[in-house]
This record gives sequence, structure tokens and C-alpha cells, in this order.
Amino acid sequence: SVQAHKEDKPQKPMEMNGLTPVPDSYDYDLIVIGGGSGGLAAAKEAAKYEKKVMVLDFVKPTPQGSSWGLGGTCVNVGCIPKKLMHQAALLGQALQDSRKFGWQFTEEVKHNWMTMTESVQNYIGSLNWGYRVSLRDNKVTYENAYGEFVGPHTIKATNKRGVEKVYTAERFLIATGERPRYLGIPGDKEYCISSDDLFSLPYCPGKTLVVGASYVALECAGFLAGLGFFFSVMVRSILLRGFDQDMANKIGEYMKEHGVNFIREFVPIKVEQLEEGTPGRLKVTAKSTTGDQIIEGEYNTVLLAIGRDPCTFFFWLDKVGVNINEKTGKIPVNDEEQTNVPYIYAVGDILQDKLELTPVAIQAGRLLVRRLYAGATTKCDYVNVPTTVFTPLEYGACGYSEETAVEKFGEENIEVYHSHFWPLEWTVPSRDNNKCYAKIICNIQDNERVIGFHVLGPNAGEVTQGFAAAIKCGMTKEQLDNTVGIHPVCAEV
Amino acid sequence: GKNEYDLLVIGGGSGGLACAKEAAQFGRKVAVLDYVDPSPQGTTWGLGGTCVNVGCIPKKLMHQAALLGSALKDAPHYGWNTAQPVHHSWSVMAQAVQNYVKSLNWGHRVQLQDKKVKYFNMKGSFSDPHTVRGLTKAGKETIITADNIVIATGGRPKYPTHIAGALQYGITSDDLFWLKESPGKTLPSFILYVSLECAGFLTGIGLDTAVMMRSIPLRGFDQASMEHLTQMASLVTEHMESYGTKFLKRCFPTKVEKLESNRLQVTWKNTDLGTEETDSFDTVMWAVGRAPDTKTLNLETIGVKTNSETGKIIVDASEATSVPHIYAIGDITEGRPELTPTAIAAGKLLARRLFGQSAELMDYDTVPTTVFTPLEYGCVGLSEEAAVQCHGSDNVEVFHAYYKPLEFTVAERDATQCYMKMVCLREREQRILGLHFIGPNAGEVIQGFALGIKCGATYPQLMKTVGIHPTCAEEVTKLHITKRSGLDATVTGC
Repeated sequence: SVQAHKEDKPQKPMEMNGLTPVPDSYDYDLIVIGGGSGGLAAAKEAAKYEKKVMVLDFVKPTPQGSSWGLGGTCVNVGCIPKKLMHQAALLGQALQDSRKFGWQFTEEVKHNWMTMTESVQNYIGSLNWGYRVSLRDNKVTYENAYGEFVGPHTIKATNKRGVEKVYTAERFLIATGERPRYLGIPGDKEYCISSDDLFSLPYCPGKTLVVGASYVALECAGFLAGLGFFFSVMVRSILLRGFDQDMANKIGEYMKEHGVNFIREFVPIKVEQLEEGTPGRLKVTAKSTTGDQIIEGEYNTVLLAIGRDPCTFFFWLDKVGVNINEKTGKIPVNDEEQTNVPYIYAVGDILQDKLELTPVAIQAGRLLVRRLYAGATTKCDYVNVPTTVFTPLEYGACGYSEETAVEKFGEENIEVYHSHFWPLEWTVPSRDNNKCYAKIICNIQDNERVIGFHVLGPNAGEVTQGFAAAIKCGMTKEQLDNTVGIHPVCAEV
Repeated sequence: GKNEYDLLVIGGGSGGLACAKEAAQFGRKVAVLDYVDPSPQGTTWGLGGTCVNVGCIPKKLMHQAALLGSALKDAPHYGWNTAQPVHHSWSVMAQAVQNYVKSLNWGHRVQLQDKKVKYFNMKGSFSDPHTVRGLTKAGKETIITADNIVIATGGRPKYPTHIAGALQYGITSDDLFWLKESPGKTLPSFILYVSLECAGFLTGIGLDTAVMMRSIPLRGFDQASMEHLTQMASLVTEHMESYGTKFLKRCFPTKVEKLESNRLQVTWKNTDLGTEETDSFDTVMWAVGRAPDTKTLNLETIGVKTNSETGKIIVDASEATSVPHIYAIGDITEGRPELTPTAIAAGKLLARRLFGQSAELMDYDTVPTTVFTPLEYGCVGLSEEAAVQCHGSDNVEVFHAYYKPLEFTVAERDATQCYMKMVCLREREQRILGLHFIGPNAGEVIQGFALGIKCGATYPQLMKTVGIHPTCAEEVTKLHITKRSGLDATVTGC
């Protein structure tokens, strides 16, 4: 049997027969494994209730060697750098428009990857720093170390230099998120990059092949195109699986019309290096999914964006008996974010059947902590969570897609109202008439309640947010009709 | 005898055209009279009314031109190699905007034709409650009779005629958008949103601009309460000041004279210092309010009652005037918001009640709106001051936050005035009374929330709504610091 121990004493082997008495006083009330959106939000919330909290955060470098600081995916290799680079691409378009609005410059405008990346990384660095300060101010202990369970209520933390420490806690929160998936073909880890590498790439990517049809793939492809890179997107089958397909196709059409070359129904089978360099030259061989056709292409950079996998396989969840989905590696939880082990919880991307979004992780983390320590009962509401895909033509959505609405309610019970629109700001530069689009899906049987909202156009996120609030209030088509529009904006459509 | 038309609409603007086209859908015989009296400076325009020709549309396009100027400044931070500073050409912009407006004029004429609505480019005046005399520019007269008549003639900018030289040398928004050449150093005078918006984009395209204001900014913006926008208005004007617009506060002009150089010399009184000051400008623009042009309509002859102070037509909840079968919609009506979307909605609903067996009245409650100043201000519902006046400060809770748009970070732009506040009832349900937002794309942000408020949204419901990340709008769903607490309302981190 093992007794409670102090932080820096080495761990003795433990027995795993379940009868092992757990330490009767723990080092911490709560240990959070994973310092990302969900983990940090939960940790700071717990500290508010005077709990002794520790956050363990560690980034295993990518095959290319990229790594980053505290804050998780969103801050370092997700939402934040993505939106900033998307903005850089939008500014490129704005520069083109501005001539039509009277701004005069004759030179051709070129983009410098390094300038942008440096600015973006500097900002991210300030966020990493901000988080460390915030944790300190909130009296949350932070360790840049890799956490692994070694027994009930006990975790081993290994830092970069291999130094191991052991800690115990009354409760644990797993919020380790995910990492990009690799194809498992020759040359993928050696020569390809992922979104984990893209935002800090220390050289211009040049002619790029993006593999995948996820929102990550399309967003990256979108801003790379906007910055002037020639490249292609290789797609196995459909775009944006899980999203409303009508909207997904419109996004694809728009990107195609704006210079993105889609290679559809092919998958890469081999990546070889022709020449080293920053960037080098790579040869990609791909096979058709519908026949025997093989194609080859030469690129400077290959970006894999085929999906993300949870980081569960590596930290010995079986040692404490936490169930994970064998196929996906995700952790199933009940509606209170509790795993099958009562004192272990989980939030964020790592959860099974839940949305992979920063605000959801933050909300879930905070509400969980309030339930644990402040006697609250509110559970995280995963219904009608709005989201936005920041492709060149942005797509905001909340609620059901047309397909899932038809499936759930029956085609005869839903009504879809839709409209194309032309943002006023696009008229003068004669841009893309009739590409922007909005539709709402209503449940006829429930007073024409709005159950799905979809908009394709500039600032889709800003537009969608308010409508998401209205959907939460149960808005009906009639109420929508009775609301006066603000003129002239896109949202009034 | 029988009247020639089922419906005659006087005024081919937002409200008038919407009403006419809707009535035509019901198979009715409809006619529209539209006529533009040239401005004192001689400016005139085509079919479509204020919004299309000298309002919302050209305003937003020029606002966009100014925003693009900011984008040009941001671009180098994001890696684009634009040379700084970049020069702006008024004539290129004005030409592009005017061409677009003309295409809309054309579009409206085609639409009326398609819907079989008869259009007369004539100025109308009443002979009797069912008869209108139309006069063309050349003086040719046509008599039109109709069962129902809708007056939708809107308003025109006022001139401060008590100021010497104001009418002779000054322009208004009616002229600004049609100038072929740059207005140069400009002085839009007095404060209404028109003045701030114009000053905003003029500064944005690089023109030396000053705004002269007698008292508080955005006075009269919301008829419901006069003082209410003080907090939001000062944030907006603060931003404009840091952006380069000069404000001559608590000053009022006394005379405008023309100099030999053709520039204008403006003399004004500074009420703070009690001094008289002068400066010269290329252009002086008056934005001292708008007033309906009802004199030539002959309303007194047929008994249509107007408000003696404002000159606006008095209507009831169904848009009916004091004379049966005569209605009024849009800017010309007393006590209504002067907004295009409300005029359009009112016009459509009126047509449906007259010809479509509908009984639905226009709901003027919780109408959202946006001021398109360089840093935009969008709002819906009650202001803080109006809420306090209505419910008492003990029963009102104000949640607020200062935030920084992500796009400003890398561009190193000042976000001091990016601010939002939500005014709620304090009791259990915490129903939202008003929402105010200052920041980029304010209109886009507010629209959806306006819908929510119309559905009776409460603070807890808004807090249950998950944010979209990363946007500015998501900060609305995260509002939690109250003014009452006195705590720092700056949003920190992710």
C-alpha cells in the first residue's frame, strides 16, 4: 500500500487491485491536464472558489519540430492565427477593391510571408505570456510537463528535460485536445506539414498542395490562395463532411472561381523529396478513389488537413480505468462531463460526440467547475451552438443543416426560406454578384420555429452570433419577419 | 366619376416604391409620382428617394472607401508591401458611386414597369382628397384621381437660414454625394448622425475635416430621449478625434463669406471661451436636420393635419391621416423613426391592409439601427438613460465591456473605444431592454440580437448562447461585469 507523498519524492510502485487505499490528503483539489481553451477556463474558475489547482501543459513537437507555448490549439495553432491569416488574405482583396473606391497606387501589391508570420507569432507570444501571468495571478500552479496517470488519484509529470514529479489530486480534468492526423503513407511524417506547422513556418510555403476537405483544409487553402500562392486541394470525396452540403458546395464553387484548383476523388499514396530546401521540392503520387488512375504532382509544400485525433492513447488512461472509444480514442462522458471514473472529468475536443469548438470547451469547463465547487446545477447546453467557417466566403451556421432537418422532421414538415444577396460594398468593385446566400430552415409543425440558420457572406460570424441568441429564444419565422432590418448591411437579408 | 387608380403614391422613395409594388402584386391599378426639387446648389437625381440617391447607399459606399483607407494602413502589418501613404482620388470614387446609384435608379424604373405601376416624373399637389395635380419640370400638367393616396415624400436637409451666407455658400448631404470634385477642407456643421458619418468618411479618405457642434453629439438621434446617447456618442466622437477629425465643440457659426480665392470664410462664436473665431474652408456642409417639404402638397386645402412644429404629417397606427383614404409613410410621418427599413415595412403592410385583406399593423418597437461612423455604432431597444427613466435605476442592470477586435492586434490599431453594453431589467427574468455596440461591422452584429430582443430575450438566455470564436459579436454573449459593480470592464484574453 502506498501513503500520501510530497511533491519531490520519487514514486513507489503501486498495486492496481482497486483495494489500494488512496491518499487521504491530496496535493491538489484539481489537476487539469491540458492548458488549452477548456483546461485554462476550468482552472481559473476553480481558483476563484479558493481551490488548489494545478495545470499541466505540454506540447509534443510535430514531426517537423514545431512546438508552442501555453494556451492550447486555439491560441497557438488554431482559431487565432487562422483568423489573422484569413484577415491578411481579406486585406489583399480589400487592396484590390480600394482602387475602385478611389485609392491610387500603381505598383503590383505583393505579400511577404515572413512579415505576416512574425506579426502573428509575436501576438501569439503575448497571449502565451498573458496566460502564464493570468494563472499566476489566479494562484493556479502551472507546470510545463507531460502528465500520465500512474495510479488512482495519482499523476506523473515529466518535463522537457525528463525530470519526473508525482502529484495527487482529489479530482482530475482531462482537456488535452487533439493533434492533426497523418495519412500513414511513405513520406508523410518526413516531408509533409500540418496546421501545427503552418502558422509558424519560417519560410514561404510556395506552391502548396493541401490534402483534405475539412474546414481546416478549406480555411488554410482559402487564405493561402488569398495571399497569392498557387496551389491545389486534394479531396477524397465530399467537402465539409457533417456540414450542410448545399452550403459546402457553394463554398467550394466560390473558391474554385477564385483560383483554387480542386483535385477531386484522389488520395495521396506516396510523398518523395526531390530537393531539400526552405521550401524544398516534393513529388506527390496519388491514386483515384474511383478507378486505377495514378497522377503525380510537384509542390514546394504539402499540407495535411485530413482530420484530428485525440491525445489519449499516450497517457495511460487504462491505469485508472477510464474508458475511451477504441476506434477514435475519444472519451465518452455523461451530461456532466464526467467519465466512467467518478473523480475524472473531461472537456473540449477530446470528448466523444461533442463539438470541437473553443467556446464550447470554455463553457463546459466553467460550468463543470461551478457545479463541482459552487453548488451550481447548470449543465452545458450543446444544442444550437453557432459556428463559422472562415473560408474566403465565410459561412456561419446555427442549428440543423437542411439534410439533418429533413431526416429528423420529414421534408413535408420543414420550410426553407432562402435568398442570394449582394453586399453593397461589393457593388462598386463589381465583385461576385449573387454569390452570397442565406437560408433559414423552419419547423412547420412548431409554429414555423427557426431550427436552422445558414449564411454565406462577409463577416458571417458577426452576423450569425445574434441570430444564434434569437434561436435560443425560440424565434419563429413570424418574429423574424417582424424584425426590421438595419440598412444597409448584409445581415438585414 | 370613378377614380382612375386604386392607389396613387406621391414620392418614389423607399416607402413609396415598396407600397406601390406591393399593391400592384394584388392586381391593383397603381401610379407613382416622383419629383426632385433641385437643391439650392442645383443638385438633383433620379427615381428611388433619399436612401438610394443621397442617403444610405452613397453614404455606406463612401464609408467603405474610408474603411479601405484603414485597410491600406493595416495591410503592411499583415505582410502586404503597399507604399505609404496612399493618395485618394475623390473623382474616381464619386464617379463609381454615382454610376452605381444611377444603375439603381434604372433598376427601380424597370421594376415599376415590370409590375405595371405607372410612373410619372412629376411634382404632385392635392386639388381634393381624391385628386392630385402633377406638374412636370417643363410645366405640363396632368390630373390624377385615385381611391387611395399615400404620401411618402420624405424630407430634405434644412438650412440655417439665419446665418448669413449659409444658403448661398453652404452645401448639404443632398449635394455632397454628387460633387464631381473633392470637397477639400470641409466643415460639416452641427451634430446629427449625418454630420458624423460624413465627417468620418471625409477624414478617412484624407480630407482635412472639422465638425462644429453647438452642444452634445447625436442629439435628436432617437426621438424617445434627447440626452441618452451621451456615453455612446462621446465614445464615437472620441474615436473620430483620434482618427483625425477636428471637433469645434460648443461653437456655432454666425456667418459664411466667400473669399477672393473662392474659399469660404466661416466666423463662429466659441461659447466656452466667449470669443469669436474664423477659419477658411473649401466646403461648408450643413447637417442641421431634415424637414418635410409639404408646402407644395397643399395639405391644408384638403385637411390633412400636420404637427405645427415639425411640419410632419400626423398618422395613427394604421398610417392613416386625418382624411379618409389618405395615408402617409416614411420620413414625413410624425413620431416615426426616419429609417428606410421601417418605411419599406410600413409601406408593404399598408398595401396588404388596403388590398390584401390583412389586418397587420407595423410594429415600430425595438427597431435596430446603425450609425456608420469610422467606428460604427449599432443599437437596438432602449438606451441606458431611457431605461432608467422608464424603470428607475434600481430596477435596471447594465452589463458592459471594453474589448479588442482580433484584427486590430496585428495591425496595432487603437481599440480604446470598442465597447458594448446591454441594458436589462434587474428582476428575476432579466429581460433585455437594449443593446449597444461600438466596433467594426456594428450593423452585422446587432441585427441578429435585435431579433432575439423581439423574441423577449433575457440575460440568462444570452449567456446560454455559445459564442462564435473568434468574432467581436461573441463578446455580447460573455457580458458579465455590471456598471453597478464598478469593476474594470476590459475583456482579457481568450
